[in-house]
Amino acid sequence: MTTTTTPAARPLAPRPRGGVAQSLADSLVVARRNIIRLTRIPEMIVFGIVQPVMFVVLFSYVFGGSISVGGSLSASDYREFLMAGIFAQTVTFATAGAGAGIADDMHKGLIDRFRSLPMARGAVLTGRTLADLVQTTLTLVVLALVALLVGWRTHTNAAEVLAGFALLLLLGYAFSWIGALIGLSVRTPEAATSGGLIWLFPLTFVSNAFVPAENMPTFLRHIAEWNPFSATVQASRELFGNLPPGYVTPDAWPMQNAVLASVLWSVLIITVFRTLAVRKYRSASA
Amino acid sequence: MPGAIHAEGLVKTFGDVRALDGVDLDVPEGTVLGLLGPNGAGKTTTVRVLTTLIRPDSGSARVAGIDVLKHPNEVRRSIGLSGQFAAVDEYLTGRENLQMVGQLYQMSRRDAKARAVELLERFHLADAADRPAKTYSGGMRRRLDLAAALVVSPPVMFMDEPTTGLDPRNRQQLWDVIQELVGAGTTLLLTTQYLEEADHLADDICVVDHGRVIARGTSDELKARTGGERVEVVVHRPDEIEPAREVLAGRGKGEVAVVRHTRKLTVPVTGGAKLLAEVIRDLDARGVEIDDIGLRRPTLDDVFISLTGHAAESAAADDEASDAPGKESAA
Repeated sequence: MTTTTTPAARPLAPRPRGGVAQSLADSLVVARRNIIRLTRIPEMIVFGIVQPVMFVVLFSYVFGGSISVGGSLSASDYREFLMAGIFAQTVTFATAGAGAGIADDMHKGLIDRFRSLPMARGAVLTGRTLADLVQTTLTLVVLALVALLVGWRTHTNAAEVLAGFALLLLLGYAFSWIGALIGLSVRTPEAATSGGLIWLFPLTFVSNAFVPAENMPTFLRHIAEWNPFSATVQASRELFGNLPPGYVTPDAWPMQNAVLASVLWSVLIITVFRTLAVRKYRSASA
Repeated sequence: MPGAIHAEGLVKTFGDVRALDGVDLDVPEGTVLGLLGPNGAGKTTTVRVLTTLIRPDSGSARVAGIDVLKHPNEVRRSIGLSGQFAAVDEYLTGRENLQMVGQLYQMSRRDAKARAVELLERFHLADAADRPAKTYSGGMRRRLDLAAALVVSPPVMFMDEPTTGLDPRNRQQLWDVIQELVGAGTTLLLTTQYLEEADHLADDICVVDHGRVIARGTSDELKARTGGERVEVVVHRPDEIEPAREVLAGRGKGEVAVVRHTRKLTVPVTGGAKLLAEVIRDLDARGVEIDDIGLRRPTLDDVFISLTGHAAESAAADDEASDAPGKESAA
């Protein structure tokens, strides 16, 4: 490959190290870039927090008291039941952020710049999803504090509570890969935002997030119980000790084995969508 | 020996549109090739193939001696790309942008930092180094984009319409930078819609239209091809057209073109300024009053029109279609 050397050719780019080390290093460079961006557009963080806070307040005070959870109509039982659902819905909204961000990079020609560099192929997307994970963590911390203010409590040990949050973050990370694929597939950042949100509403509502699935018609109940989203909601509820006293866990496998099901679903989503997104990134450009 | 950029038979179709229809190129080391053509001619697609951004349907290409299709990542180490949509992160500062690009070229963090300082200085961006690129003017952004392409001093550079949308002062500034770069031995492939730009910067020019190279050569060779110099005369009164035509027919080397309503006559000539003086004397002797007379050398615009039957700018209305990077308009 050194058949041509021009006088100006002295400081060629260092030979890429290749492999996992380079992928990780490149991903971190891109993640850092996205986090810097976030600090320069603080309104993105603020809006990301305001929306779920609104949901917390609306659901606990509007629906609390009218929704029966495990036979209890107590507003405080519902509030505890609800929080894991809101947390889970919040982390999945990372999809829209990742999608819009990547679509914007495509639109502005930054993806072209990255693709012309001798960097690891998946790093642009991995860096983006890692930065989203940081943002999601931040949002979740604020949201948990608000939840505590309106009366949410956990009834388990710290390790279990942390495990519950870890599952939520894993789900959010998985969903940002869906967002990455959407971002690479649409023409404008605006389309990526709506394309990243629209399907999240049925997905998060036809689930056990806001009301117990057993109150739904049979057909919807089956969907809700097998909804990947429900597994994480159920798992974090268990880990937070937020299932009301009279609650009977549905017979469906993902509900009976919620923690395992939550991990499996998230890993499956990451594997499938990461593969698709990286392939799309490599071949497709605008 | 093949040049620093060498392409053979590049074909690329997007749906029904044949964006590239068998493009051959050869750019010797240390020279500048200007790829000249209207929007949608295939210029950007050519650059995208050579910079490993898209794979051609068929054909082959080598950049810096490396096969673009077989070893894209090796090629990426040796090239710099500066696009028409200044691809810098607008929320990052100039310094952060350059440092990031350096690190992604696999430089160490420290080297990338030092290189960023050097480049900011060289491109007169040192004062704005720690401001987000969002606050930069159009010209500053282009300079930052160009600096980003030069982080590793690549032996081969690609610039896709580097001065599109810049005001004359910024354009001149950017031209100076480009000339300095080429003076240092960098091989450059430059696309442009501006005939003047190709004339000014390029050693060789390839005129592209509809995905094909329709002419190639130096600026002078291309101009010679359109028939060389012409004498253009505007007479004062309509009744002077006829005597003027007779004079020009005698001195010229071809048919005299007459536009009656503007009283303008044009004839191909050889002999330059000396001949022009003779024409003036003859017209004077016939009592023809001259409003304007001049020796006109063909511009690349004339070349383009004579080659394609339409002016280079005529497709400018298709600008929107090439808005999305990577999508050449189909015009």
